[in-house]
Amino acid sequence: MKTLITILMLGVASPALAQHSGHTMTMPMPAPAKKPAPAPAKKPAPAPAKKPAAPAKKAAAPVKKAPAPVRKPAPAKPKAAAQAPTTPTAAMDHGSMGEAMPMGDAMDPTMPMDQMDHGAMDHGAMDHGAMDHGAMDPAMAMDHGAMDHGAMDPAMPMDHAATGGDAMAMPVPLAPIPLAPPPPEAGSGPARAAEAIYGAEAMREAREALKHDTGGQSFAWFMADRAEYRARQGRDGYLWDVQGYYGGDIDKFWFKSEGEGSFGEKPEQAEVQALWSHAIGPWFDLQAGVRQDLAGPDRTHAVIGVQGLAPYLFDIDAAAFLSNKGDVTARIEAEYDQRITQRLILQPRGEVNLAAQDIPALGIGAGIDSLELGVRLRYEFAREFAPYIGVEQEWKLGGSADFARAAGHDPSVTNYVAGVRFWF
Amino acid sequence: MLNDPYDRRSILRASALFGGLALTAPMPAWARGANLAHGTVRQGFDQVSGASIDLAIGEGMFATGGRVGHAFAVNGSVPGPLIRLREGQEVTLNVTNNLAIDSSIHWHGILLPFQFDGVPGVSFPGIKPGETYTAAFKVRQNGTYWWHSHSGLQEQAGHYGPIVVDPAGADPYAADRDYVVLLSEFTPMHPHSIMAKLKKGDAYFNHQKTTLTDDYPLSAADRLMWGKMRMMPTDILDVSGSTYTYLLNGHGPDDNHELMFRPGERVRLRFINGSAMSFFNIRIPGLAMTVVAADGQNIRPVEIDEFQIGTAETYDVIVEPTREQAFAIVAEAMDRSGMGIAMLTPAAGMRAAVPALREPILLTMADMGMGGGHGDMQMGGAPAADPAMDHAAMGHTPAPAAKPDDAMGDMAGGDMAGGDMAMRSMAGMNMRDTSMLPPQVKVGPGLDMVAMNPQDRTGYPGLGLDKVDHRVLNYRQLSALEANTDRRTPSRAMEIHLTGNMERFMWSFDGKKFAAVSEQPIRFAYDERVRVKLINDTMMVHPIHLHGHFFEVVNGQDPAHQPRKHTVNVQPGSSVTFDLTANEPGDWAFHCHLLFHMHAGMFQIVTVESPTGASA
Repeated sequence: MKTLITILMLGVASPALAQHSGHTMTMPMPAPAKKPAPAPAKKPAPAPAKKPAAPAKKAAAPVKKAPAPVRKPAPAKPKAAAQAPTTPTAAMDHGSMGEAMPMGDAMDPTMPMDQMDHGAMDHGAMDHGAMDHGAMDPAMAMDHGAMDHGAMDPAMPMDHAATGGDAMAMPVPLAPIPLAPPPPEAGSGPARAAEAIYGAEAMREAREALKHDTGGQSFAWFMADRAEYRARQGRDGYLWDVQGYYGGDIDKFWFKSEGEGSFGEKPEQAEVQALWSHAIGPWFDLQAGVRQDLAGPDRTHAVIGVQGLAPYLFDIDAAAFLSNKGDVTARIEAEYDQRITQRLILQPRGEVNLAAQDIPALGIGAGIDSLELGVRLRYEFAREFAPYIGVEQEWKLGGSADFARAAGHDPSVTNYVAGVRFWF
Repeated sequence: MLNDPYDRRSILRASALFGGLALTAPMPAWARGANLAHGTVRQGFDQVSGASIDLAIGEGMFATGGRVGHAFAVNGSVPGPLIRLREGQEVTLNVTNNLAIDSSIHWHGILLPFQFDGVPGVSFPGIKPGETYTAAFKVRQNGTYWWHSHSGLQEQAGHYGPIVVDPAGADPYAADRDYVVLLSEFTPMHPHSIMAKLKKGDAYFNHQKTTLTDDYPLSAADRLMWGKMRMMPTDILDVSGSTYTYLLNGHGPDDNHELMFRPGERVRLRFINGSAMSFFNIRIPGLAMTVVAADGQNIRPVEIDEFQIGTAETYDVIVEPTREQAFAIVAEAMDRSGMGIAMLTPAAGMRAAVPALREPILLTMADMGMGGGHGDMQMGGAPAADPAMDHAAMGHTPAPAAKPDDAMGDMAGGDMAGGDMAMRSMAGMNMRDTSMLPPQVKVGPGLDMVAMNPQDRTGYPGLGLDKVDHRVLNYRQLSALEANTDRRTPSRAMEIHLTGNMERFMWSFDGKKFAAVSEQPIRFAYDERVRVKLINDTMMVHPIHLHGHFFEVVNGQDPAHQPRKHTVNVQPGSSVTFDLTANEPGDWAFHCHLLFHMHAGMFQIVTVESPTGASA
């Protein structure tokens, strides 16, 4: 199965790739570069050798005013210390910083430091040790007012400006500030502040509306990917291939229908599928449901499949079917949109039908039942409306070809198609 | 509105000239440049001020440049009125909802008690049809801000306007003329229809995709690489000029919007990005701009020639045109699919040449979260890559201002040179190595990429502006004019990942849409000082906005002068860090200010506990 998909995709891909030959290949694909391996940013890995003693709880260590290369460790709250390293990494000397930057502290090393030389700023007066939240009383906030702002001359030369040439200072790493959850003083539970003012009832309604309007919506989509006239030897025919969904980002009701036939005859094939579609990754949905055949012998199938966007932007729809007669079949479709201009799009398309067993009643032989390769050129007058022309070649293969010949049909048919692709 | 006691310098003439300030400029509609065929919604805005201000939310038809559509209009205009306040005053804002649906107004960037912040479902229940909602508070700040609806997608349809708060004392950047330049978009398309197309269509609004016949500097190998990733290098903005007409003060490029000056005057332009989904590149060819405020907060002056403004950001600039000639104020959409235009002119009717749209741009390695990020490494590297991008050398030699990244993280060796890096890094790389994510990030369909080496790119000027040959503003140049009051070292740090799936148009924080975390807000203790690192695991830039607070962007300035912002752009595949003093108790919205990203789930509630410890 995998090989089949690969072959199919290569087949579909080749026209598109070939068309790139006009571009010079200025970028040879080099051997895989060694993957830069920044240690996961979350994994605390401070250099243990340089580990200074962690400051004791409430050790009132005033911030150094001097631009000392050795940084004061962030004031550690006991709780935070238990969850994240508070130890600074090696001495962070501004001068040597470019190359020696270890990755993988609790914080990104590019995190600028804010304990740089503050010059005349009266930081020393601020007792960081006293910032233990447990001990923090609301009045303490007012202490900020006591800070000597007046003494801060806005024109004060910044030390970084001096090194940087202009006001562009480089962010400088800081003794890591611990990644930590909120302290107990942050409270807990949902956001309900407005209820005290406007009432619980009024807020509940607005909250539900907000939830819905902020990612909770459902959308409906319908697309006729192919709705076309098929000119060919013998009687000309028609084909439809439509699908649509209704639902949210993850779960959707998905419906599909396709069918084809020759004018003046009963439809050769027609079916409708009703599926539950569930996003299983960024690009693929898992789909399961039922398929009802509307032409030929009455068949109902259980369906399971995947649909989505494969690497290199192939639209893939692959499904396996188990009929009420116990027959197992599968269908894989792939499409690729090759834009020629913003509106003119060439769409190679391939489809392969497989069967696990002979199904004489349907003229299907075990193995590869049929193969279709086609290409359609569409013009998007609007994104939603694009007439197209194209050609598609169908082959019945193996046992299916024998069945076709026995029935007096040509196992190989070339269709010249004209149709319209539209969606809303 | 009847009486503006603060209008000493008779400033903000934009409103007078083009909004038709009813009393001082009793001009008929045609004289204000309004098209009589419009219907009911006026382009441009009035000014309202005083202790009690009435606003009425209505609707009507809006037209510009041949596009006509439905709009929400406050006090009858788009944008709605300029709310002009004075620092220190008490203000009562009475907002009447004349729509048939709920509405709201959020005062963006204004510090106030949370219950007046205007976010339905977070700070209040919303304004029901026919109801008048009153917000009364003391104005504690000055600067340039704006207001907009926080209900559904109303903001896209015209429900927004500027706020200017005059300082209580002298303005360090007083100017002879003072104009609001509010950037926004108009589309005749219903916002819900835009959302549906974003969900269902394949980059529906992008008409600059790679094709067989494009001129993008991409090799076949580059194209294959992008295809392999199932990403598009042209995913710059989700909604483009294909449906948007870009507005300056409510006027489209063909509407001849004029801002007057006399040569020699200092002109202050208060740029407000009130758009729903657009980043703009702002320049005034022929004039240098001196940036004096960001997000309403004064900064030390920085002279530049161009800047990129993210959605919901504001920048005040001063220009000093000395010649008797007109200058074009160009607001080019970041994806270069369109632009807004106004004329800075000494005489009515005088025009300056409008530059053509520049070439569309492409995402680069850095935008994939591969570190590097020197901007030169545009995939395909048509522009000659700056050779010898030697990391060792970069470390601390004073890197030129424009160097976007100090990249102290080691990129696979540190000796790679420019263009070669692209493919070399790509080979064997896993673009979605979820093992690198912290445990709080939910791995699922809503996460299509993990930035493997996200760098702090506060030195990056913005997509497409790293290669221009003039001076472009970047965050590292922002230095607060008035020193920050809280310079404590944060007691703890936290990380928030910005996550998304371009294909499915899913957007979230930490892989979880708001609906999944609506009962688990981000909590802070009162007055807690926290360092917050935003890591962008997507290839789009996100303007992240925290309500009710200013945070200080950790940009390499000393802590006293880290710039205070309410909205910070997190570049694709990169990180931004800010220090927050959580001293505004209550529940606050925290979200991506790209309207449709928020609408898709990139939203959270931040709860700041009250000082007493009781539930706020």
